Amino acid sequence: MSDIYQDNTEQQAEKEFTLSILTENKPGMLNNITIIFTRRKLNINAINVSASEIPGVHRYTIVMITTRDQVDKVVKQIRKHIDVLGAFVYEEGETHYQEIALYKLPTRIFLGGNHIEQLVRSHGARILVIEEEYIVLEKTGHKNETQELLEILQPYGILEFVRSGRVSISKSKRKTEKFLEELENSTTHILYKKNNNGKD
Amino acid sequence: MEPLSKTLETKPEEKRIVTGSEAVILSLLEEGVDTVFGYPGGAIMPIYDALFGYEKELNHILVRHEQGAAHAAQGYSRATGKIGVCFATSGPGATNLITGIADAQIDSTPLVCITGQVPSHLLGTDSFQESDVLGISMPVTKWNFQVTRTEEIPWAIARAFYIAGTGRPGPVLIDITKDAQFGKLEYKYKKCEKIRSYHPYPHPDERKVLEAAELINAARKPYMLVGHGVLLSGAENEVIQLAEKAGIPVASTLLGLSAVPTDHPLYVGYLGMHGNYGPNIKTNECDVLIAVGMRFDDRVTGDAKKYAPQAKVIHIEIDPAEIDKIIKTTVAINADAGHALQSLLPHIIETKHEEWLQEFRDCDEIEYNKVIQKDMYPEGEKIKMAETIRILNEITGGDAIIVTDVGQHQMVASRYTQFKQTNSNITSGGLGTMGFALPAAMGAKIGRPDRLVVGIIGDGGIQMTIQELGTISQYNIPVKIIILNNNFLGMVRQWQQLFFEKRYSFTHMHNPDFVMIGKAYGIPSEKIENKDQLKSALENLIATEGPALLEIVVEKEENVFPMVPSGDSVSNIRLE
Repeated sequence: MSDIYQDNTEQQAEKEFTLSILTENKPGMLNNITIIFTRRKLNINAINVSASEIPGVHRYTIVMITTRDQVDKVVKQIRKHIDVLGAFVYEEGETHYQEIALYKLPTRIFLGGNHIEQLVRSHGARILVIEEEYIVLEKTGHKNETQELLEILQPYGILEFVRSGRVSISKSKRKTEKFLEELENSTTHILYKKNNNGKD
Repeated sequence: MEPLSKTLETKPEEKRIVTGSEAVILSLLEEGVDTVFGYPGGAIMPIYDALFGYEKELNHILVRHEQGAAHAAQGYSRATGKIGVCFATSGPGATNLITGIADAQIDSTPLVCITGQVPSHLLGTDSFQESDVLGISMPVTKWNFQVTRTEEIPWAIARAFYIAGTGRPGPVLIDITKDAQFGKLEYKYKKCEKIRSYHPYPHPDERKVLEAAELINAARKPYMLVGHGVLLSGAENEVIQLAEKAGIPVASTLLGLSAVPTDHPLYVGYLGMHGNYGPNIKTNECDVLIAVGMRFDDRVTGDAKKYAPQAKVIHIEIDPAEIDKIIKTTVAINADAGHALQSLLPHIIETKHEEWLQEFRDCDEIEYNKVIQKDMYPEGEKIKMAETIRILNEITGGDAIIVTDVGQHQMVASRYTQFKQTNSNITSGGLGTMGFALPAAMGAKIGRPDRLVVGIIGDGGIQMTIQELGTISQYNIPVKIIILNNNFLGMVRQWQQLFFEKRYSFTHMHNPDFVMIGKAYGIPSEKIENKDQLKSALENLIATEGPALLEIVVEKEENVFPMVPSGDSVSNIRLE
């Protein structure tokens, strides 16, 4: 039994949450999920949609900054959608995650010595493309890492920068397949109720 | 299962090739649909063409506006417990349904709405009568789906009925492109019985059940609130059993009305902003609050932070998203109300709480002296809404289905109507849709021809869907319509008086002659203004065969009390 008088500052503090959502691959799902956020005027910090390891099942990874109380309510609303198989909330430390960033820089800045190249290497970035006019760097990491490199490169004149949504894998050992199996075998699709008042 | 019509009798080995449109009709028949409310138009014409051959099997009611179709389907569903069905064409036909669909969504009413859509090759081209119905209806449906391939039709309809009617019910919309309606398929129907991503009936957690029983058994001032979920689950008997076994006073939300007969000794009244005095203030004095099939709407809770802070809260609720949404629970049982109560009942110790119940009765006396007596037996010549309801109760004996619109008359009717039978109160609760009552009453009467159906409607609301008098007239639907006319948008006027310094901004109405309108539709209509006519006019209305309309001119500036001012605590309910 939870104590309703407990200190709820923990519930009310804003922090970053990663939502991992499994859905059937149906058109309109992205819209169905994002309107839940829009209606509550909640911002999605990053979103990524991809096929999962199970054919026909898609995985959404959404990053948001909010309170525990709010994220719990949002997740319940997401789970309520007919074609959502499952939705899980993770706090920092409960998932392994990465984002990928691409930086487009003028080729000429690489020509005046190896300073930039060392910078790139020391940040674990790699050169993806070399063109006459520009060079594209790629770095995978957490947002603060890709951000740090962005700030370092800023003075050299960045032509274009883009960062992907987060992709995240939980630290729990459960297989998605096992989760789906449990859904399939669940007996909550019909009502087991004694009919004692003549009404179904 | 018996074949529903000769046309459904096919030998198993025989391949049955039908058009998509005919598959729609056959699928509806498979689901046991007997009535459809709708309005034809370009993109749904093939379905209407198929319907033409099934007039005997399927009763189609041609409404006068698609909003009327949706509300009529709601009224039908709420009166029968079955799924309401409506048809509309693409574009404006579909958008006109939206208010009714939104109403059904917030009030958990199962509907299957079938809309025609422009041919699939024209989708997204801004073609004639094209609107993004899927996008528009997404936030207000339990599920929606666009059929662009003929062979998807039986599957989509089977799924629609399963989703609409199970778990927490709600509206489903199936949008079918015109080419899919014209196409052919090999017709086979299989009812949907399971969707792996949808779990409508969570089992009550036995530990939670025991915890709840423990709280109820230890309670000194237990208090039970019942909502629409009790009616939807058919858990009326279980609620009464629990109340009687543990001696728990029971109050009802607006949509829970009629679940417990109003004359039951443990029934203490109606909750919320214009609810009864005791049920509101005792919320903040009980020690265990048992909420069954209700969602703590803000019209019930007032300021949620000051709502039952002293109480341990047990929430029995089928929709997990409602649990801890507004009021934090001590114990939540996530299950169908009836199922949960059946699990709970064996663990409940028989007891009585006479002193606690007496506290409610004492409140009743205060409310009676300050409000009810003046409302029900008013002095002066002008008719008051509450005495109309009092006399109506005397005539119906509490056996009628009462359909109300939105506003003062709705609150007065909800406060004073006597209910003897369940599923007897039909109103727009969550959305508060003016214009709901006339078409909903019509749908309710079609669903339950055996019951007296009385629509109680304000002069504002009736004019929002007044054209449905045409439908009522065409099909001779014997609903009894009462217009409580105060020439004001009364509830807004009351707020203007109380909270906006009597600045009556656009709430006064210059109304048409409702009797002439009624008569123009061939509906026997009468208007009264004096108290001495009230009883005989109401008796006459009920006794009239077929549809009938009675306009009652009521006091212009009557206020509904008690009242919990918006955003205030339920403890601060005002009696005057």
